[in-house]
Amino acid sequence: MSAASTGGASRDGYGAALLEMIGDDNVVVLEADLGKSTKSCLFRNEKPSHTFSLGIAEQNMMLVAAGMATSGYVPFASTFAIFTERGFEQVRNGIARPNIVVHICGSHGGIHTGTDGSSAQSIEDLAIYRTLPNMTVIHPSDDISTKALTLSLRHHKYPSYMRTARNKVRRTYSEESAKQLEIGKGHVHRTGSDIAIIACGVMLNEAIDAAQILSKEGIEATVVDMHTIKPLDNNLINKMAIECGAIVTAEDHSIIGGLGGAVAECVVSMNPVPIERIGVQDRFGESGGSDELLQLLGMKAVDIVTAARRAIERK
Amino acid sequence: MVDRGMGLAIDDLEEMAKRCRRNIVRMVHGVGAGHPGGSLSAIDMLTALYGHQLRVDPNNPKWDDRDRFIMSKGHASPGVYSILHERGFISEEDLGSYRTLGGTCQGHVDMKWCPGVDFSAGSLGMGLSFGIGCAIAATLDDSNRTAWVMLGDGELQEGQVWEAVMAAVHHEIGNLKVIVDRNRIQNDDFCDVQMRIFDVSEKFASFGWAVMEINGHDMQEIVDAIDWANQVKDSPACIVMHTIKGKGVSFMENNPKFHGAAPSDEEFELAMEELS
Repeated sequence: MSAASTGGASRDGYGAALLEMIGDDNVVVLEADLGKSTKSCLFRNEKPSHTFSLGIAEQNMMLVAAGMATSGYVPFASTFAIFTERGFEQVRNGIARPNIVVHICGSHGGIHTGTDGSSAQSIEDLAIYRTLPNMTVIHPSDDISTKALTLSLRHHKYPSYMRTARNKVRRTYSEESAKQLEIGKGHVHRTGSDIAIIACGVMLNEAIDAAQILSKEGIEATVVDMHTIKPLDNNLINKMAIECGAIVTAEDHSIIGGLGGAVAECVVSMNPVPIERIGVQDRFGESGGSDELLQLLGMKAVDIVTAARRAIERK
Repeated sequence: MVDRGMGLAIDDLEEMAKRCRRNIVRMVHGVGAGHPGGSLSAIDMLTALYGHQLRVDPNNPKWDDRDRFIMSKGHASPGVYSILHERGFISEEDLGSYRTLGGTCQGHVDMKWCPGVDFSAGSLGMGLSFGIGCAIAATLDDSNRTAWVMLGDGELQEGQVWEAVMAAVHHEIGNLKVIVDRNRIQNDDFCDVQMRIFDVSEKFASFGWAVMEINGHDMQEIVDAIDWANQVKDSPACIVMHTIKGKGVSFMENNPKFHGAAPSDEEFELAMEELS
């Protein structure tokens, strides 16, 4: 297990990765006014010639990116997760359908984004993008893993949607451990044979904390960072179902259709075992601090612990 | 080096447009579905674009430095397929595959299925944005290739179009040319009934575009307008062409029914007679 260091927000990792690509003239960055928030501003500051402001007009941005991609460029287009949804049909028809390699980043996703309240808290993005053929869907946890995964998108052969988060979280990766990350492969942080906790994004820390609480009770958990929701690491999930016999999923997203939905679909078609899903329970969020909201919505480590006990009882 | 257009005279272009009209009606009648009206209104311009202007290579449809043509009103696909056939991209057999399983000629123009198609359209409002991306990329590449986009007038009701109209001027995209097919009819009825669009030229001009209005069925005017658009370098250019939906087939002309309907067998015979 990687040692935790001080905090980092996944959006910072996105910005750092773009910055690292400034020497690559095929990389272009598209913004819809929120570059300071998504952190694409780091690229803009260094390479304005390859950064394009499309204003507060996400639908147009998606297809401008597609046009550039068919001319040999690798566009990274970002805005808030919730506003990418305004361009969903553009992504569906103009990017995913013709399989044009555009990388979309939606920052400030999930209820973790906090005080702006429910209008800004995208809790359905992973679900909707996951339904599109050809799309890769990624939701990394900390800044270091986000940087590594963003860099691996540079030569990825499919369009992608990556959700990042606004607020800092405790780091779970080091520069060294992040080198092992691969799109489409879950990363095992801890192994145990009583329960598997599959998490993504800011919920990875809660999952790790839950495993420590469970360990004190004599329950040993495997914890996996399922940073790629699509293509899903079916082999790893199947292995966990067999070895642990019960699964808890944890995501800052609706329990409908996101990581929990994807894992459940996989498990029922391979090796059915009890699954408990931690996430937003089919409701909208509200204003509040990140931690306050995680507590309000039953998404803290203690909630994962309770869910793990329930899943184990159902074995 | 690929030359501009095919070097055809006005008479030849007019003959080519007539052959295309026959193929449009044949395709739609053959499968009993499709969109003849907007194909027939656009075909004179499409013929001029491919016969007079575009630097494209049928032997190398994906040639990096080709001009791009983006048919944003992707349902007017019979028009596109008929001209791609004239230009040598697809065969007569391909035309017969329109709207059929596994066909090169999908219902709406699709870059994955048909050589020579640069954009998978069919959902209105997206093509101009895509054209901006193509044009910006050409500038980054220091290439003189140009992006031509055709929009329907009903399509102008989509908000995304105006996002793109604004962006094209903000980024001073001189290698972007738009043609609006002002045939005044959309799916359900006349545009003036569904949602009035008012003065298209005035709207584009107010955003900072260079604009010219023409009769979209006068081949000389069309060719002159294309040449004019080529000379505009410091802003995007828009040709608003006044057209007649269903042009060339009497019972289809200005008739909302033939936005998206095939002619009966009797109507087909009459149409072919008129287009002979």
